[in-house]
Amino acid sequence: MELLYTAAGALASASSLIMHQEVFLFLAIGVVLGLSVGVFPGLGGIAGLSLMLPFIFGLDPIIGLALMVGLIAVVPTSDTFASVLMGIPGSSSSQATVLDGFPLSKQGHAARALSAAFASSLFGGLVGALFLTIFILVARPVVLEFQSPELLMVSIFGLSMVGILAGKIALKGVASAGLGIMIASIGEGPFNGELRLASYDFPYLLDGFKLVIVGLGIFAIPEIVALLRKGGSINESRALGDGWLTGVRDWWEHKWLSVRCSIIGVLVGVIPGLGGSVVDWIAYGHAIQTTPDKRQFGKGEIRGVIAPESANNAKEGGGLVPTLLFGIPGSGSMAIFIGALALLGSGELEVGQSMLTDNLDYTYSIVWLLALANVLGTVLCIILAPQIARLTSIPFVLVAPFVFMIITFAAFQSGQDILDLVVLFCIGILGIFMRRFDWSRPAFLIGFVLAKPVENFSNNAYQIAGIRFDQNISAGMDYVFGPIVIVIAIITVLSVVVGLRQAKHIQPEGDLETGGKRAPLAFLLLLVAFTAIFLFNIGMIPGYAWTDAVFPFTIGCLVFSILLILLGQMMLKPESDALFVDSEVRPDSHSERSLWGTISWFVGLLVGSMIRVSLSL
Amino acid sequence: MKLLRKKLFTAAAAVLMSQAAFAEVNMAGKTIEWTIPFSETGGSAKWANFFAPLLSDALPGNPTVVVKFMPGAGSTKGANWFQRQKHTDGTVMFGSSGSTQFPYLLDDPRVQYEYNDWVPVMASGTGGVAYLNAEAGAKFDGSANNLKDIQFVYGNQGATRLDLVPAMAWDMLGMKVNHVMGIKGRGDGRKMFESGEANIDYQTSAGYLKGSKKFVDDGTAVAMMTWGALDDEGNIVRDPTFPDIPTFKEVCEKTAGCDVNGKEFKVWKAFFVSGFPVQKLAFLPAGTPKEVSDTYAAAFEKIRNRPDFAALAEKRLGKYPLFVGAGAQKAMKVATDLDPEAKKYAIQYLKDRFNVSLK
Repeated sequence: MELLYTAAGALASASSLIMHQEVFLFLAIGVVLGLSVGVFPGLGGIAGLSLMLPFIFGLDPIIGLALMVGLIAVVPTSDTFASVLMGIPGSSSSQATVLDGFPLSKQGHAARALSAAFASSLFGGLVGALFLTIFILVARPVVLEFQSPELLMVSIFGLSMVGILAGKIALKGVASAGLGIMIASIGEGPFNGELRLASYDFPYLLDGFKLVIVGLGIFAIPEIVALLRKGGSINESRALGDGWLTGVRDWWEHKWLSVRCSIIGVLVGVIPGLGGSVVDWIAYGHAIQTTPDKRQFGKGEIRGVIAPESANNAKEGGGLVPTLLFGIPGSGSMAIFIGALALLGSGELEVGQSMLTDNLDYTYSIVWLLALANVLGTVLCIILAPQIARLTSIPFVLVAPFVFMIITFAAFQSGQDILDLVVLFCIGILGIFMRRFDWSRPAFLIGFVLAKPVENFSNNAYQIAGIRFDQNISAGMDYVFGPIVIVIAIITVLSVVVGLRQAKHIQPEGDLETGGKRAPLAFLLLLVAFTAIFLFNIGMIPGYAWTDAVFPFTIGCLVFSILLILLGQMMLKPESDALFVDSEVRPDSHSERSLWGTISWFVGLLVGSMIRVSLSL
Repeated sequence: MKLLRKKLFTAAAAVLMSQAAFAEVNMAGKTIEWTIPFSETGGSAKWANFFAPLLSDALPGNPTVVVKFMPGAGSTKGANWFQRQKHTDGTVMFGSSGSTQFPYLLDDPRVQYEYNDWVPVMASGTGGVAYLNAEAGAKFDGSANNLKDIQFVYGNQGATRLDLVPAMAWDMLGMKVNHVMGIKGRGDGRKMFESGEANIDYQTSAGYLKGSKKFVDDGTAVAMMTWGALDDEGNIVRDPTFPDIPTFKEVCEKTAGCDVNGKEFKVWKAFFVSGFPVQKLAFLPAGTPKEVSDTYAAAFEKIRNRPDFAALAEKRLGKYPLFVGAGAQKAMKVATDLDPEAKKYAIQYLKDRFNVSLK
């Protein structure tokens, strides 16, 4: 009863917080920004939020929240335009929408597909907000009990999800995540300040790589390069067609599918680190499994639009759960959201348990804002659909410089160092090759995002457990093996088993062809070399500072042995094996321009700006 | 030739200017970049953000003052950067903190900066409060005599950081404190205390007022001691922001085995002085001409004399003195002059207690 009372009070004070014209104004600005960012291929929540960062410093917290939540909430609504009209995912969470949305649009039913998608998005967004409300209410007493072992377990649970993302070859997925962790470990060690693959002579590396840059490099740059190479106009300026009402009716007919997929979206969102990159595929897979007549999928089945679009909006509500309550980011964009919260006001908002105690009213404001933004975003999308659709008829070659400028600006503003752009480029190259050879990029980003929480929580838990065990055995056991830890551990094990079984159905990069042995093998050898150098460097850390070495060293050894196994398999298996996936030989990925030509265009840009910068200094 | 002319001009200008009480440099239309070597969320950020608009108001010509952040390597990165800056037109400013001071004092190999090269224009201090959980707090009687059998757990940011001050204090009181090393800032220390993993904690004044005082108010924590404040003679007295909480010196006097006249206390006081009463300093780069630094000093003087300053500052920074101009110069000397004996002792202490070697 007291529970409900607190929640009702907080909900009420939250609504009074947001009932101001200014809040609505900023929410609308956030929504418009989110819509714009979502429409352009390659840009998503990470780019949108990081563009916003310079402007939110010191803003009144509620206004800043309105701006950010507005943006986050509607990216998965507007990215539908690119998916349906261009056949390109507008952001990573609407890849599955392409499969049926694009054929529908080709058949002249773009409007139907869009309106079904918007209705599903709205519904999913509201389900997400509702879930967040209830979850906070129910979980509050449990979450307040969380200590380092529990938080560690939650982060490990998130990491274990790479099983789902692994694609055809599970080992490659695990290695990708490990690679992400290794890249995240570069810089000054967190406990003793020992250097890991860095040098005082090269100060840029001391602080490690920033998430904005890694996120944009690994996802956005490869997409842009692939689109540029395709060339030509993407959408042959097709009319939207009719069927606005048909689409809504379609959604109503399949409302239970939408309900189920929204719940899937929320649950996937709750898992730390997993975020948007897979939720659409899981929902799509569910739609296929539950449809008796599967023949229409891939040819314009409306259920194939409703399912992912319900799920990808719902996941934002779910993703806020680990983000706000534990300070463990639910996805790449949520990791930036955590940093951004601290910039608001005089820093009174801090993710973690205080969001459930002192700042409960702000937490519930986020819920309200999330729901409002979804409604507003949907309305705007429907009203502006014809205008936005026209944007997509611009040849991508003309759009690319603009998108590229936004990405570089987002990357550059994080540190204002020309090396930011160099790193963006290098990670971009890594992303291009990971995409080409089917090394899971979502798994890489999960590893990158969760490396720090896992390292910090395990350090704290290890030290405190040591102190407790020194006192007496049972105090130590109580601390390490609390009931919450055991429950999450069981869930983790179950999800790994189920995940590995399901992984074959989820193909974030689509069906892939295999080609010659040489290119995939060369890439693997590069990874082996990097890991060897990494291990050697970490091994140099002196013994007294072992806390800085133990985590990256363990992960490095794991990755190294996996890479060796893969190497052995590559030696033994024939060229047609799934190991040698190479999207360059995919017949449908006809590219007008060569890979290296397009990359050299980027090198030219980079060198040009470096010259410009060195001249102005 | 050109250079000579410039020099002559500067000399002439200096002569002309010295005739006024002091000559003001008009900063109209300029943008002053105040670099803080920490992230946007720390205490130094709050400090600089508090002063930036006031400074813009007080400088002649009302230039824009922006605060920039260059976090990294516990502020060493930003300080090393500032060391490389040269005076150009008086628009480069830097803010240091206790975490910049300690590695400098302890000869950390990463330190490539030299405080004596820089031109201090303003300095301000803060205090610190240590507190216990309710269980341990019940045994606290103004001395640590009944605390010696308790196993304390404390989240420590790093042995050579400001946490050196509480660590030494608790050791001198004979308390068994287990340090969980490597947490990310004092906010995380408070979280550990709140979740029950730690049972002792300390916060600087602003952090205590904002986050921890409520624990004491609702009975889940007991305030143990402050580090105190310095009077004009350099004696430790009660912290004016927390007049009801005893100082470490008082607790030490009442605790068996703790000697306020001993060598350890002297070393502790040396680090306390450089870490707290003069915790944050605002600098102009090496080679800044006197008329520029005078202009800044006058501006900070003007801020200090604002009728509403005390009220504004108390709310956001606590009740601590603001040193300006020559006062800031003196404050910097106090903060960065460490007795070589104390330094040697501290380096040995870090090695014995925390296994930290500073080559």
